[in-house]
Amino acid sequence: MIRKTRSNISQNEPLLFESSSPGKKGYQLPPLDVPAVDAKQALGHQNVRDSIADFPEVSEVEAIRHFTRLSTWNYAIDLGLYPLGSCTMKYNPRVNELVARTEALAWAHPYQPESLSQGCLAIIAEVERALAEITGMDALTLQPAAGAHGEMTGIMMIRSLLESRGNPRKRILIPDSAHGTNPATAHMCGYEVQNIASNDRGLLDLETLEKVVDDNVAALMVTNPNTVGVFEERITKITSLMHSKGALVYMDGANMNALVGITRPGDFGIDVMHLNLHKTFSTPHGGGGPGSGAVAVKKHLIPFLPYPRLKKAGDKWAWDYNMPDSIGKVRAFYGNFGVLVRALAYIMAHGGDGLRRATMDAVLNANYIRKMLEPHYDLPYKSPCMHEVVFSDDRQAAKGVRTGDIAKRLIDYGFHPYTVSFPLIVHGALMIEPTETEGKSEIDLFTDALISIAQEVEENPELVLKAPHLTRTSRVDEVTAARRPIVRWKPETTASKAAD
Amino acid sequence: MLDVCGLESLEQLFSHLPAEVKFNRSLDIPNGKSEYEIVDYFRARGLENGSIASSFLGAGVYSHYRPVLVDVVVSRGEFLTSYTPYQAEMAQGTLTSIFEFQTMICQLTGMEVANASMYDGSSAVPEAAMMAARITKRHHMLVAKSVHPEYRTVFRTYAKHQEMPITEFGYDAVTGALDLVDLESKLNDQVAAVIIQSPNFFGIVEDVKAAAALAHKHGALLVVTFTEAVSLGLVEPPRDADIVAGELQSFAISPCYGGPFAGILATKEKFIRQIPGRLVGETTDTHGNRAFCLTLSTREQHIRREKATSNICTNQALIALMATVFMTVYGKEGLRELAGQNLSKAHYLAEGLKKRFSGGFFNEFVVSTNGNAAEAVNDRLLEKNIVGGLPLGRFYPELNDCMLLCATEMNKREHMDEVKKAFLA
Repeated sequence: MIRKTRSNISQNEPLLFESSSPGKKGYQLPPLDVPAVDAKQALGHQNVRDSIADFPEVSEVEAIRHFTRLSTWNYAIDLGLYPLGSCTMKYNPRVNELVARTEALAWAHPYQPESLSQGCLAIIAEVERALAEITGMDALTLQPAAGAHGEMTGIMMIRSLLESRGNPRKRILIPDSAHGTNPATAHMCGYEVQNIASNDRGLLDLETLEKVVDDNVAALMVTNPNTVGVFEERITKITSLMHSKGALVYMDGANMNALVGITRPGDFGIDVMHLNLHKTFSTPHGGGGPGSGAVAVKKHLIPFLPYPRLKKAGDKWAWDYNMPDSIGKVRAFYGNFGVLVRALAYIMAHGGDGLRRATMDAVLNANYIRKMLEPHYDLPYKSPCMHEVVFSDDRQAAKGVRTGDIAKRLIDYGFHPYTVSFPLIVHGALMIEPTETEGKSEIDLFTDALISIAQEVEENPELVLKAPHLTRTSRVDEVTAARRPIVRWKPETTASKAAD
Repeated sequence: MLDVCGLESLEQLFSHLPAEVKFNRSLDIPNGKSEYEIVDYFRARGLENGSIASSFLGAGVYSHYRPVLVDVVVSRGEFLTSYTPYQAEMAQGTLTSIFEFQTMICQLTGMEVANASMYDGSSAVPEAAMMAARITKRHHMLVAKSVHPEYRTVFRTYAKHQEMPITEFGYDAVTGALDLVDLESKLNDQVAAVIIQSPNFFGIVEDVKAAAALAHKHGALLVVTFTEAVSLGLVEPPRDADIVAGELQSFAISPCYGGPFAGILATKEKFIRQIPGRLVGETTDTHGNRAFCLTLSTREQHIRREKATSNICTNQALIALMATVFMTVYGKEGLRELAGQNLSKAHYLAEGLKKRFSGGFFNEFVVSTNGNAAEAVNDRLLEKNIVGGLPLGRFYPELNDCMLLCATEMNKREHMDEVKKAFLA
């Protein structure tokens, strides 16, 4: 039975370009207080454009209605549990949004004098300090803009360190359960990728690793807990093995929400890792960014960090550009400062013990979901799970229903689907991460929905195969979208108008 | 819930972790704070920054007025707290707005297709270069010295491990525009892309057509970047470019000490399968209604892994939405009027000052400090609570006695007059 939703009016809305009319406007500029300059004279006739064809022309009220109507077509954490595995969709506290708009912070120019930036620098220093404590690492760069950008930064540092030792080496080992960004990153940094098969418990196999690690292996990229939500129990042996062969260990910190306050990567032999501040530290995903991919390193990698680094000069903060071994810069300026502000607000609100408690609640929620759904869905890996749990569609596939179909039916029940068909080592995966945000009532609605769908698969698989039924947009034809890509609006031609 | 899990305590959830990895003390982070204390902490940090009356810094980050509607829209939880729109049926709001964004970026830049956003302008440039290398099967890159110095630094970082040698070419010492003779002398059949910025770092509008003609003559692509998106309201877009990779910070994105911003990457339709990052496409649902979804994802890391066009995953969706709302509010007429105000203000500011270059400029320009140290001029301005320009010696030793000044619609005439006075002193 569907308990979370019922049908509702949903407003239609054309594209901006279709609702524009000439001369409509939603802005007002102050009168110009200097003489107007003729653009053609100042820039040359050929350098001045005609008006922008088909650019929007709407009034202010039309603009706000447009975007408000679009917004109602979205699901969001503010509407309920958002169980995307590996994405850590937790509540985004609104105070974080407020403080990020503090005028003297939001309007700080990156080139304004350091004497006028001490508040910004103090915030950056505090974020670095807190994240070093949480990860057990020695130093951080906050420059990378997102997780994958952090991976690139980390692997570049590994390469530079190995080069300084005389040989950058050739290969990076990546478990077959890894996020796609890991191999893409290794490739971008000039390394060959060697995939490592997980063992029958979904874990990295020490014996397999021993066989493949030689002096051409630069690093292992490991996700811990891994993408099946299982902690790599032999992680200290794995990191020791890599180090004994002169290789380093990179940790993808996407799943750090399972570890904060419980265990620290710096204490189990990780050399370099990234954090997704937009996952573990609650900064909003915003429909796909902005993120921040802070990278934490151990001492031996500090010289290779991107420049500049923050240092204390007397009682003032200052940027230090004198870093001859640095890999360089990975983006202009100092990183996504506005995201750092939000992450620090989250850390402050929780405090050390609160952060640990959040981890425990996140892991408890995942284990509870596992218990509730285990009778109804196949659980391929029985190892104890951390913050997420991965089922497979094995039982439902017998009725011709796959994970993607179950996901679409879940939409009718008022939930965003879990992560579909990932990790790749689980055929037909349902990857569920509830986060600590959710209370028992919302989780029970969710597990009831999935149990109900499992029954529907038995009794009426067609109902699931054709889902969703209750959304304003039914199942979207992604195949045609890719076959004939239409990626921008174009005005109707006279011919097509005549055909109407 | 513990009972259901067969557990007696939360600690038991972690009993399978090996003892040697367990963290056995409390995190050294102060106890949780109330909402008021948090607001107060950040207000205090803001006060430490100090307050200023006016700033004439540009150089890749611009102070433009942010229409109120921008924050109203991006504060809606449905946009703010949603994920990347993988599940199209419950993300049509985000998908539709990205489709509109892609369209407006095409209209603005004169390109045929645009992606859903990049991290920022500085990282969009190396992504464009890698794309050019894939298309041309060549690796050598020619970059103008008048491209933002930090963009060139970032590019060098990316290029180092990709076997993409970078050669820089100069600017004309008189006009400040591209030195086309130097460019031509460095072009050969190894060059994948010529990379220029317009308006360039000195604010000067470049002859994109001429640069394109030279690049194309040698089988190279032309990549054009920009840092001041407002210029596109007035300046002829780089239609002759093959790839446009720029920065949208000017479109209602706060300077925010350097980020988060949003980059764009736009190109010709024929290169669509080489684009990095997310793309939204139009299609229909099973009832034949118009619908949008992420598309051509076989280019991307989650499908293609090490063979992907880029490792980019999370990008800057909410920031791109800010820019979308900005473009909607200003619209066809407004963006032109706004650009015109910027042009007029900068030219008023430049009047009477010793401009270093003669090329036509948009809203920033290089000025000689008449033998004074640039820093001394800025110190005089700071006494009046005004932040002056960017001293250029740090990036261009040959421009040691120069600074880059920028004026936007937010700089009042009285403050501009103060700046002029500081140069005369």
